[in-house]
Amino acid sequence: MTNEKIITADKLSKRFGDFVAVNEISFEVCRGEIFGFLGANGAGKTTAMRMLCGLSLPSSGEATVAGFDVYRENEKIKKSIGYMSQKFSLYEDLTVKENMRFYGGIYGKSDAFIKQKTASVLEQLHLQKEANKLVRSLPLGWKQKLAFSVAIFHEPVIVFLDEPTGGVDPVTRREFWHMIYQAAENGITIFVTTHYMDEAEYCNRVSIMVDGNIEALDTPSALKQIYQSASMDEVFLKLARKATRADG
Amino acid sequence: MRTLKFLLQKEFRQIFRDPSIIRLIFIMPVMQLMILPWAADYEMKNIKLGVIDHDHSDYSRKLISTITASGYFILNDYAATFNQSFSEIEKDHSDIILEIPASFEKNLVKQSEATLFIAGNAINGVKANLGSLYLRTIINDFNQTVRMDWIQVPRFSPETQVEVRSSNWFNPLMNYKYFMVPGILVILLTMVGSNLTAMNIVKEKEIGTIEQINVTPIKKYHFILGKLIPFWILGLFVLTLGFIIARLVYGISPLGSFVTIYIFAGVYLLAVLGLGLLISTYAATQQQAMLISFFIMMIFILLGGLYTSIDSMPEWAKWITRFNPVSYFIEVMRMVVLKGSSLYDIRKQLLVMGVFAVVLNGWAVVSYRKRS
Repeated sequence: MTNEKIITADKLSKRFGDFVAVNEISFEVCRGEIFGFLGANGAGKTTAMRMLCGLSLPSSGEATVAGFDVYRENEKIKKSIGYMSQKFSLYEDLTVKENMRFYGGIYGKSDAFIKQKTASVLEQLHLQKEANKLVRSLPLGWKQKLAFSVAIFHEPVIVFLDEPTGGVDPVTRREFWHMIYQAAENGITIFVTTHYMDEAEYCNRVSIMVDGNIEALDTPSALKQIYQSASMDEVFLKLARKATRADG
Repeated sequence: MRTLKFLLQKEFRQIFRDPSIIRLIFIMPVMQLMILPWAADYEMKNIKLGVIDHDHSDYSRKLISTITASGYFILNDYAATFNQSFSEIEKDHSDIILEIPASFEKNLVKQSEATLFIAGNAINGVKANLGSLYLRTIINDFNQTVRMDWIQVPRFSPETQVEVRSSNWFNPLMNYKYFMVPGILVILLTMVGSNLTAMNIVKEKEIGTIEQINVTPIKKYHFILGKLIPFWILGLFVLTLGFIIARLVYGISPLGSFVTIYIFAGVYLLAVLGLGLLISTYAATQQQAMLISFFIMMIFILLGGLYTSIDSMPEWAKWITRFNPVSYFIEVMRMVVLKGSSLYDIRKQLLVMGVFAVVLNGWAVVSYRKRS
């Protein structure tokens, strides 16, 4: 981890009519960091993430991702980021290999790169035998790991993961986090939202959003100290109970 | 360019792996072209006739047998009174009543003149109208025969007679299949073009892959071309399949050149693909897309001149048909297939279709946003 800033957000806000989904949040993420973005359902995590990915236009505030401005240079941002949404978003009617080839191709990677990278990813996931099977036929845990591999296939500077381990068994979750650590070691910055507080402990720093605001931002150990809690679970509950916004 | 290659590769793989699309593009044209032209016929047959013969004479029987021998009428009831016959109409068993008065033969012989009464059930207006028209024609013919029997026609007939002989140009046998098949081909192409495209893009919205595409550096026009090109090719394939069926089953091959048809079809497909694209940008689910395109297709077909002639529509409806791409293609199709019109003859329609393609696609491109 270096001190180079990969994401900066300054009073970033998103309003839908009268509803303030994200209220002037400010934070910075450094290169190679695993940044946990926590919050209850409807706290505004996904909206904030979508603004950083260039999927949603901010209402006000400033933000840069990989050195590019989210307002003017959002197409440049897209070249430097990977994204894995809540919904599983590989093509189920394409094979494992074809999905990799497609996503590699649309990021402008060469055939040689795609071929070599496909081989190494298949090896890492132990999916060599399933390479020519339709993604539809894989179990959910494998699909999620594959989706993550495809999200970083083009070797982005930063990858955004929106609740990547939803509905996945504990063993696969552990394996998934192993993959995240490996990616971080390779210099990819990880920006991850999650509901699992044990996963929050794996992060270098976490921020906790409540009703569109960032209520806390620090390392997990520092947060536990500040809120005099034994686990991140308690920290989260203490903060999230303040929420007045309805679920959803 | 390379990006487009990857998009097309993906799209074609998905199309060929989707059994429902394959079924749709093969079975839909075959079914529609095999069944519809036989069922959709403007000629009225099997008109159920009720007869009240008060005369029971030689001539009245001759008249009745002439009518039933024509093939258009089925003698449903032979009643004694009008009321009996009318109750058949009320039960919807009869379509038309012919009443022959008691003095029919006598009047015909003595005064060379007799009256008949025809009553039609106008709930089905077309049937009643055509039925009484056919009946009148047959009675007229009968009339002529009777005259010939009686009157020795002198060299210069004192009575002037105007005889009308008609010949039907471009479709001499008035075969309705010639008229329907080109129109059905157009409807097929429209369905493939707009429905499949709209459903395809909305499906990506539903499963969330479109969001994945939106976070990539893919250019908007790449994505749209990647969607348009496969369905454009698919549309031309369906058209070709349709022409093969038209040839094999109905012996219809265009009098004009295929080049003219394919040039127009190419531009037409661009327009309807643009429409599909536009629907997809406004619909969030496949259900919504389906309902919107169903609604549009209804209007397109009913105001397209396939079943009813545009010329007989009221002025305001004619005005609407000018915004209906289907009506132009049906017109062009019939012109080229039946009349052998050339590219020069359809230049106006081609130009209008070009405008449709530009406007619809332009609108779709503007309303498709990678960022909300």
